[in-house]
Amino acid sequence: MVTDTPLCIDARDLSFAYAKGPPVLDIPELTIRSGERVFLYGPSGSGKTTLLGLIAGVLNPPPGTLSVLGHDIGALSSAARDSFRASHIGYVFQMFNLIPYLNVRDNIALPVRINSERKKRLTGRLDEEVASAASHLGIEQLLDEKVTRLSVGQQQRVAAARAILGSPELIIADEPTSSLDANRRHAFLDLLFANVADAGSTLLFVSHDLGLADQFDRSLSLPELNRAGE
Amino acid sequence: MLLLHLARKSLTNRLLTTSLTALSIAFSVALLVGVENVRTGMRESFSNTVSGTDLVVGSRGGTIQLMLYAVFGMGSPVANISHDTWKEWDEHPAVSWTIPYALGDSHRGFRVIGTNDSFYEHYKYRGGQPIAFAEGRAAQSVFDVVLGAQVAERLGYVLGDRISVTHGMSAVGFMNHDEMPFEVVGVLEKTFTPVDRAIYVTLEGVTAIHMGWESGGPPMPGDEISAADVLAMEEVPVSQITSFFLGAESRAYTLQLQRDISTSEDEPLTAVIPGVALSEMWRGIGYAEDGLLVISGFVVLVGLLGMLVSIYTSLDARRREMAILRALGAGPRRIVSLLVLEAGTLSIIGALLGVAFVYVGLAALQPWLEGQFGLQVPIQALDGMQLMYIGTVIALGFVAGLVPALKAYRTALHDGLSVRI
Ligand SMILES: Nc1ncnc2c1ncn2[C@@H]1O[C@H](COP(=O)(O)OP(=O)(O)OP(=O)(O)O)[C@@H](O)[C@H]1O
Ligand SMILES: [Mg+2]
Repeated sequence: MVTDTPLCIDARDLSFAYAKGPPVLDIPELTIRSGERVFLYGPSGSGKTTLLGLIAGVLNPPPGTLSVLGHDIGALSSAARDSFRASHIGYVFQMFNLIPYLNVRDNIALPVRINSERKKRLTGRLDEEVASAASHLGIEQLLDEKVTRLSVGQQQRVAAARAILGSPELIIADEPTSSLDANRRHAFLDLLFANVADAGSTLLFVSHDLGLADQFDRSLSLPELNRAGE
Repeated sequence: MLLLHLARKSLTNRLLTTSLTALSIAFSVALLVGVENVRTGMRESFSNTVSGTDLVVGSRGGTIQLMLYAVFGMGSPVANISHDTWKEWDEHPAVSWTIPYALGDSHRGFRVIGTNDSFYEHYKYRGGQPIAFAEGRAAQSVFDVVLGAQVAERLGYVLGDRISVTHGMSAVGFMNHDEMPFEVVGVLEKTFTPVDRAIYVTLEGVTAIHMGWESGGPPMPGDEISAADVLAMEEVPVSQITSFFLGAESRAYTLQLQRDISTSEDEPLTAVIPGVALSEMWRGIGYAEDGLLVISGFVVLVGLLGMLVSIYTSLDARRREMAILRALGAGPRRIVSLLVLEAGTLSIIGALLGVAFVYVGLAALQPWLEGQFGLQVPIQALDGMQLMYIGTVIALGFVAGLVPALKAYRTALHDGLSVRI
């Protein structure tokens, strides 16, 4: 079936529970179209990170319940999920997950260097793209610094730069602005939106800061989508 | 490229743990190779106790016993060889030289050996090294004494000292009054062989010690012969020796000579080829070597275990890092190669460092080992066995990386990512 805008994320009866735990998610339906910018919110512990993990294939959803960019995530092997995520998804983790022994420059460039599809989508040379993403986020003077010497907000920006480099089709950001001041937050969102617009990427953005919501195409409240825990 | 870059960064980032791991590998390799070197050193030292001598000859008896009393100064000869028989062999056309030994006397626990100039000229040890003098000269006149290095050291004698030499093990006897006519005229250079533990006099000197003992017991009071009496003699007669070393005109005669001597009608004699006898003896007392072999076995085992443990723990501590790499798209093959590359690099560095330790250590300790134990540990290229050890260590290093790598890949990605502080 062909529609005018293809679905980027399509979840049907998606349920998930951590091992030996109660169900965290039970989502009858969730669809996000390609190119949409979606704001997702909900109280702490409501399962936002869990949902993002399922979409990115960091967690393993039941087969047939979640399709991302046309791939049934639950049906992929774990190695296939790794390479799928690397080539199509940029993920700003809530815990930034930087490699401690690499400097800022190497951390930002890492996914592109690992994945050749991400590399192909670069418009310029790798180091130029790294430098330009860094300067948009105000960390250009930190490029040769060790990431362990950065402030939390600076680490967050490194993680963000790493996620948008090579313009992945889907960008997932888990509270990427939680440690940024107002100016930085705006600069970051501007860069994110510019990137998403240029590449036609889909954006799924989690935040507790509801004041940001009106800059997005659509807002979703997770508790409204989720039947688990009702 | 990326892998090498990551491996290098991660190894240098944990410089302390990395170097400790490499050091522990290095020490176990060093110990291993070192023990192996000492083992060869021991064997070579032993089988080179005497060299350049084609045959050792004594009265008929066991070859081991002959080697023990003639070469190692242990035990005593069964019977003597007459001076004439020795002379006959000395003048044999196939014989180039002989060194006579007259044994049986001692001085304060050290053996006294009666011999002649031929000893200083022809006796060789350790791959052909000749006897050399630390000071003084060879024994020439009847009361001249030359000391082995260890004797001089232990007893504190110097040139010109006068000493008494007793017959057998008894403390009384000839010259045991105030007069002590034997004079130290030379001290030998250290050889780290039994040569160091003996006192050398002339054959005539041994005869002089025995004068008055012809009856088999100590001389009766009044029958003692004084040094002046001996010196007054025109010639001190030598009638017997106990054994002799023999150098053939050519190696090719050795077997024939051995047969001829052993089957000679005149006097029952035994002739042994020292090299053959020594390696036979080493095989007999080689359990010392077996002991070392067992020790090296345990050293390998403990060293490898230590290496496995330290590589394993260092990699296990990095599960989160592995999870991040995976989250960024590094596939299983990449992650496994990275860890195996790191562990392998560590074990290669460790092994090379260990080999370096051995050579530096040997160069530094060689004189001490030689001085203290007479152990000549050779500095030589690694032999096949040692290369195999080192190869095993390196191979196991790679395997040690493989185990945590596979484990890291099996644990759920999410668990690795959400490891908190
Ligand atoms: N690794 C895990 N193992 C077991 N339970 C987990 C795990 N991670 C999260 N949970 C549980 O799943 C539920 C949802 O957690 P999740 O992290 O998705 O919440 P969140 O909405 O992202 O919260 P926050 O806004 O605080 O980040 C929580 O009740 C939590 O206890
Ligand atoms: Mg969360």
